[in-house]
Amino acid sequence: MQNQSAATLKEDSMVLQKKMLADHYHKLSQAKECGKKVVYTFVPGNLNELIWAFDMLPVHPEINALQAGMRKKSGNYVLEAEKQGHSEDVCTYVKCDIGMLKQGNIGPTGEKLPPPDLLLLSYTGCFTFLKWFELLQQEYHCPIAMLHVPYQGDGKITPSMVEYVVGQLKENVIPLMEKVSGKAMDLDKLQTYLDSSKRAEENLVYIWDTAKHRPSPIDAYFGGVYYIGPIFTAFRGLNECERYYELLKQEINERITAKSGPITPDGEFNDQRFRIVVEGPPNWTSFREFWKMFYDEKAVVVASTYTKVGGLYELGFRHDAKRPFESMAEYCLGCYTNRNLPNRIEILERYMSDFEADGFLINSIKSCNSFSAGQLLMLRELEKRTGKAGGFIESDLVDPRYFSAANIKNRLESYFQMLEARRK
Amino acid sequence: MDCFVGIDLGSTTTKAIFLDKDARILGKGITNSRSNYSVACQVAKEEAEISSRFFLLSETLKGAFTQQQIVEELMEWLSAKFLLAQYKKQLSALKRECLFVLDSWSKHVEEKEKFNHALEKIFFKLEAESTELFQPKQKAKSDFFRDIASSLFLRQAELISKEQTLSFDRMVGIFDKAILRVENQSFAKYFIEYLDFAGNEVSKLPKFKKYEKEILSAIKNAALLNFNIIHTVGTGYGRLTLPFPKEQIRSEILCHGLGAHYLFPKTRTVLDIGGQDTKAIQIDFQGVVTRFQMNDRCAAGCGRYLGYIADEMNMGVHQLGPLAQLSTKPVKINSTCTVFAGAELRERLSLGEKREDILAGLHRAIILRAMSLLARSGGVFSEFTFTGGVARNEAATGALAKLINENYGNITMNISSESIYMGALGAALFAKKDNG
Repeated sequence: MQNQSAATLKEDSMVLQKKMLADHYHKLSQAKECGKKVVYTFVPGNLNELIWAFDMLPVHPEINALQAGMRKKSGNYVLEAEKQGHSEDVCTYVKCDIGMLKQGNIGPTGEKLPPPDLLLLSYTGCFTFLKWFELLQQEYHCPIAMLHVPYQGDGKITPSMVEYVVGQLKENVIPLMEKVSGKAMDLDKLQTYLDSSKRAEENLVYIWDTAKHRPSPIDAYFGGVYYIGPIFTAFRGLNECERYYELLKQEINERITAKSGPITPDGEFNDQRFRIVVEGPPNWTSFREFWKMFYDEKAVVVASTYTKVGGLYELGFRHDAKRPFESMAEYCLGCYTNRNLPNRIEILERYMSDFEADGFLINSIKSCNSFSAGQLLMLRELEKRTGKAGGFIESDLVDPRYFSAANIKNRLESYFQMLEARRK
Repeated sequence: MDCFVGIDLGSTTTKAIFLDKDARILGKGITNSRSNYSVACQVAKEEAEISSRFFLLSETLKGAFTQQQIVEELMEWLSAKFLLAQYKKQLSALKRECLFVLDSWSKHVEEKEKFNHALEKIFFKLEAESTELFQPKQKAKSDFFRDIASSLFLRQAELISKEQTLSFDRMVGIFDKAILRVENQSFAKYFIEYLDFAGNEVSKLPKFKKYEKEILSAIKNAALLNFNIIHTVGTGYGRLTLPFPKEQIRSEILCHGLGAHYLFPKTRTVLDIGGQDTKAIQIDFQGVVTRFQMNDRCAAGCGRYLGYIADEMNMGVHQLGPLAQLSTKPVKINSTCTVFAGAELRERLSLGEKREDILAGLHRAIILRAMSLLARSGGVFSEFTFTGGVARNEAATGALAKLINENYGNITMNISSESIYMGALGAALFAKKDNG
């Protein structure tokens, strides 16, 4: 199935992203010496452009946790947090982060992470985020800027919701950021970043759309988590982020022309038997093993919801320099997990038809209620609406104890064989 | 004879099914999975081949006699004598291995002699009891030599070690080591010998004497029959260890679905409780799986749970169901964790609860776990077919029937005596489909 070895297939975009991350973590390790202020914030609903506008450096604790998971370090960190008194049922991102902090706060590239000057809680749809920063505040004794984001219980964003969030931005968040950074709000700078974000977002939408090709030139889940790296983390709004998506777009276009598939750790994946939509985050501790279970069965993911946690741009949202605060508010309100179940079902249904998927899979995460609550209901409803079979597997984000490889492989193989049998 | 083979390499037992070209079940075989999957696979296949010979032998006899009652009686006798011959062969191998283990363990000549003498006495007894074990119309205590031999051996060993003041634990140790060595040997390869023995013994009986010629001729044909395996499909947990290409391997979920459909064509929901997993499967009118749910990281509530409980109670796993059925007042077991259930079991025993009442509670606990999976898979639709090893346990089926009725009303529930073979049957049907 794979034509070339992975070693020969390190694409330029991958190299660039790696360099961007290394540079950023290096800057973080030097932050105090360089007099840079540091903001810890979460990926969903992040206010990256605003952080850069104040010339501060962002740190995303859940990204550090997933990186620790991929680097096989999270198990130890989780145990460390349990030793500190955090129960087995607590979100493992939180425990991984706390454990990492207790063991010296060494980041994924091996350099020390600086303590935060500000904890910016810009999305409250996940209740755990609140508790997480409460714990971090006990450790760091720094201020918290909290933006309360109302839940889309009725499945839509109303003008009063936007107004409410904008009000908090102007009255609480920005004044606190001015205080911490010692700088006044620079609207021109913010607008420049927002303009850049918009251009990167346009390209990302184009990239997701390419999965409509056969073979799909991308894997919108396992490859997708790399594609969202720059835009969902520290880089949205920066020129290098724009450059990354230009480069990625170019590479994918070349693959479309060559009629070739995405690149997996085992090389190019062209022989695609099943086109799948995936709901839920991946498991990070056995990420490659998990991915292999898909491409070994000739299954490519053509759309996924996890890769939209930092923005559902394909539904039309863009950061907008002309409406800077309103668009930032809409961004926070539009997070995938801030949407109600009917809305999430509609999104998945649309993916199934737009990408001509053969089926959909739910990876239900033990430690993430934001994602997992209601997933079986979603499965049944989607099966009813699409007539396509749904699969259900269970694992965890970064606790290696909750990835049972034999069990998951068994379910996946059964699922793909079921799809095959139903085709006949 | 052309045939298709399905092999289900389960975590506890390995099963094989032979089908003919018309998808008729010819024979079935079962053995312990052991630590050696390839031996287990081989043994199950050999057993299924023998079972196929018996099926065809019965067909031949049906053609030779007009009175079907005679055929039935004959088959019962032939089968009992065949199993007796095989059992005797296994028993002599067990004796040989016990003596070998003793020889390699004991350094003191005097001690060795004492144990040697004890073992001779035990096996003399076992040998003498063997004919009684295999009688027509007698329900086999277990499919496995290990189960039968261990209960008899341990009983004799206990008596003799007391009588001769020898260590019972050491005796058990010798047996445990020896039985593993026996299990890794094939006994089916001597089937011609067993068939000859059975033919001669049965045709000597006064009531069959006049049919001697027909019996011996049919036996000869069955022994000489050649099986031409056209295609094999493997399934079960150990399926990846089978020496087949990927195309010849199917998930047990699909196999149980298809197997259930074959035996009960109106099946829409299947529950399979195997050794280490439980699956709730929904199938369509063709036996194709449309949805399924499996137990996740934890295997509590599977067959192994019962195995663990049997060990805790110092009983054979096949004895649990019958004892639980004697219960008049089942206790409520709260623990869904196997290990905690063991602790709860001991606590209940110490509180004076009856063994049968505790066991009934444990069976209900297993079924409650399965009910949750069934609900998550979409519910139970008629007809409902229960498969897997646990479906052989009448206490489990009783608890299931009750809960299904309470939760889903009047649903037709199918349980076949072949339920443990459902996965292998499905695999054999796939073998036929792929090459039919």
